[in-house]
Amino acid sequence: MKSSTAPLSASTSRALTIAAAALLFLFLWWADGSMAEDLGLSFLPEPLNGYEVQILNLVAVYGILAISLNIIYGFTGMFSLGHAGFMAIGAYVSAICVLTPDQKEMMWIIDEILPSLAALHTPFWFSVILGGIVATLFALVIGIPVLRLGGDYLGIATLGFSEIIRVLIVNATPITNGSLGIKGIPSHTDLFTSFLWLIIVVFCTVRLLSSNFGNVLKAVRDDEIAAQVMGINVFHAKLFSFCLGAFLAGVGGALLGNLLTTIDPKMFTFLLTYNILMIVVAGGLGSITGSIIGSVIITVLLEWLRVVEEPLNLGFIEIPGIPGMRMVVFSVCLLIIILYRREGIMGMREITWNGIAAFLSRLGRKKENRA
Amino acid sequence: MSRKNVIEVRNVTMRFGGVTAVSELDMDIEQDSIVGLIGPNGAGKTTVFNVLTGFYRPTEGEVVFAGRRITGMEPHKICSLGMARTFQNIRLFYNETALENVMIGRHVRRSGHWWGAVLGLPGTMREEKNIRKSALELLDRVGLAAHAHEAASALPYGAQRRLEIARALATEPSFLLLDEPAAGMNPQESLELMNFIRQIRDEFHLTILLIEHDMKVVMGVCEHIWVLEYGKLIAEGNADAIRSNPRVIEAYLGEDVNHAAD
Ligand SMILES: Nc1ncnc2c1ncn2[C@@H]1O[C@H](COP(=O)(O)OP(=O)(O)O)[C@@H](O)[C@H]1O
Ligand SMILES: [Mg+2]
Repeated sequence: MKSSTAPLSASTSRALTIAAAALLFLFLWWADGSMAEDLGLSFLPEPLNGYEVQILNLVAVYGILAISLNIIYGFTGMFSLGHAGFMAIGAYVSAICVLTPDQKEMMWIIDEILPSLAALHTPFWFSVILGGIVATLFALVIGIPVLRLGGDYLGIATLGFSEIIRVLIVNATPITNGSLGIKGIPSHTDLFTSFLWLIIVVFCTVRLLSSNFGNVLKAVRDDEIAAQVMGINVFHAKLFSFCLGAFLAGVGGALLGNLLTTIDPKMFTFLLTYNILMIVVAGGLGSITGSIIGSVIITVLLEWLRVVEEPLNLGFIEIPGIPGMRMVVFSVCLLIIILYRREGIMGMREITWNGIAAFLSRLGRKKENRA
Repeated sequence: MSRKNVIEVRNVTMRFGGVTAVSELDMDIEQDSIVGLIGPNGAGKTTVFNVLTGFYRPTEGEVVFAGRRITGMEPHKICSLGMARTFQNIRLFYNETALENVMIGRHVRRSGHWWGAVLGLPGTMREEKNIRKSALELLDRVGLAAHAHEAASALPYGAQRRLEIARALATEPSFLLLDEPAAGMNPQESLELMNFIRQIRDEFHLTILLIEHDMKVVMGVCEHIWVLEYGKLIAEGNADAIRSNPRVIEAYLGEDVNHAAD
């Protein structure tokens, strides 16, 4: 049974949140090696290496992407498989915006780049937001007709949409440079940037979803008919949620492009959507903290599983590496989750300061009892 | 007799393929009254509710509510005009708490926008507080204040029924439709329900239409009763008129109707 009395006041919770964010940034400051440099301290422990920093970055970006899909699927109950498409849009819009005109003229070799796009050169933060906005516009275009149909059509339609986006990217060479992709994107997504975006996204979605607007989305997920009777315009609520998810997917895609510095159409296949879906399901449909925990676990697991693709020498026998093996292991993991813990790690619950405080006080009481 | 009509059902027919669920129904419901719709299983009562609340567009005829033609209007619009209902098979938002269920009912009356909640604009935050406060008051009114933070799915059956009514009241209706509110209740609970229905009518200035199988509840609380059989209106009038109507007695095989007199 849930207790209604919150052990912590709202201002205490807020202070704890700010403190945690400050700690996180201290850690990041150390992790990317700039703390030792900035302060001239030589006694600090060795910072993370480039590979580890990259994984941390991926955790943050995947966190944003998982939250965006969770809004659509976990909180509003719409099964959407178009995430790779929205990410591709965000990544390409941002890349075209941040590259210099010279870079673009050199890179587009199949077809010359459209002059208006060649001249385009914007700050990084603006390109990320623009990536989100363009993804939202596409979401409107497919959402308005498809969301009226309801049911399972959305999954099929968004899957098709995502593939169409890929084909468009391959063929719209004057805009996208076709199958050659875009290289040499400045690596704007450093640890500070990626985690700052993650914190902003978490902050805004938590605010929204814990308000009554969030309850409305959950109402649509739980029972559409009852929601209509409660005066909720179900179509609007779904379109809103779909567009918000697409916006954040566009933002995440833009950050990903600026992290990997290279993008091409092959990156944005269904496999990418699948990875995000896995994080959301493993973390818990309808849990923001679950999505973050899921993105940490899955991202680290995906890297760690690279081992299974390498040739294995057992002394008496040598097993050659099987490319794609980690996706097999990965899929088996997903199957196990679905079979034995359908609600994921967190279910629909959230980790809150109040929850932690209640847990600690319960633990303390247990110790007292024992003493 | 000079009271105004809240809703007028004019010659409504609802067909599903070959099945005529409701046929040429006429109903005028006076403001502030509690009225009943009865009839054997499959008579078309729930279908009438679905037509009134906008889930079905009637094959023929029209419905006028609060002075407006609402035939073909979407359910959420009809709700915002002041109509609310409960369901024969309870339909709560089961993953949400009792409090959240009622808060969702308040949504239709709010004026703030989602970005106000994201940015924490003072007006929107004040509105959020008021939504929570009035939802708690409604829960208290139906005796569920102690269960406010429990999941709706964890509530006992009777509490779920009351929660559904509280959630309907949260939309500030002028006209409330209750689909078999006493289903599964014992005589004592049914008696309490009758009083409760009268109380909320007075307190919230409602007009109430209820579908009910429990003749005691229907005869005890309804000023006017319509009787459906195979989608057709076979009788209407006050409790006494219905009780002595031979066609009604026949439809019910003389069972409950007369016992309800005592
Ligand atoms: N959506 C529908 N499609 C087909 N037939 C329906 C539908 N809704 C109701 N009916 C039919 O209409 C008749 C009346 O049903 P209903 O209104 O639920 O009866 P009651 O509530 O009086 O028990 C039944 O024969 C039922 O099968
Ligand atoms: Mg019925």
